[in-house]
Amino acid sequence: MKSNSIKTPLKRVEGLGSAHHGVHHWIMLRSTAVALIPLSVWFVVNLIILSKSDFAQLLQFFKSPVNALLMALLVVFSFYHAALGLREVVEDYVHRKFKKSVTILFINLALLALGTLTVMAIAKMHFFS
Amino acid sequence: MNSQSTASVEALKARRPRPLSPHLQVYSWLITNTLSILHRLTGVAISVGLLYLSAWLVIAAYYPEYYEDFTNFAGSPVGIFILGGWSLAFNYHFLNGIRHLFWDLGKGFELKNVTKSGIAVVIGTLILTAAEWAFGLGYINI
Repeated sequence: MKSNSIKTPLKRVEGLGSAHHGVHHWIMLRSTAVALIPLSVWFVVNLIILSKSDFAQLLQFFKSPVNALLMALLVVFSFYHAALGLREVVEDYVHRKFKKSVTILFINLALLALGTLTVMAIAKMHFFS
Repeated sequence: MNSQSTASVEALKARRPRPLSPHLQVYSWLITNTLSILHRLTGVAISVGLLYLSAWLVIAAYYPEYYEDFTNFAGSPVGIFILGGWSLAFNYHFLNGIRHLFWDLGKGFELKNVTKSGIAVVIGTLILTAAEWAFGLGYINI
């Protein structure tokens, strides 16, 4: 018995919708947001402290595994959250399929590359200074 | 295709876009839609600010000889302005984000609660940003 959906049976069963990822983006946006609540509080507190410290103290800060880990997690989660959020903005304002795909692709790749570089920098300060 | 229809195809491509009904000049700015677009604008602003965060850490790790130049820029009027604007945007997005998460749980949709929580977010943002800068600039010490 077919329902009144205009989707083909295959599309209905896949349940992925127009973003081709179903509700996954929505869930990931909220999950990263929840993770970012305590991480951001930690970040702001430490940013204020670090703004008053010198370079040697900065390196000392990253020597601690907890600090290095939390900063790395902050970078990973915020870059991911930003990628998802910016994707929604692009989906709302860019309408041609090709332009939209290329813009989203560019943003994802740029954030991925920059995020990797930033985590590398944190790792370098933690392990090698 | 005769010359008449190719002429009109050219004309079609050349003419200005179809008219849109007025929107920004017509709909009022209420707390609901204003805070909503502000959440989006601050989100984009913070995303750009991530470049600043990356620059700080990458310079500290890979270009330490330039770290002093970086801190000098960060302490300059331009740098303070960028950091101040970023912290304002960040605090707003943070607090309004929590407001969004309550909505995702299904709570707080009644109009008077939307208005109250909206005002709380705006006031909270100002207080939080002022407090952070007071600590950062040394006006308050714990």
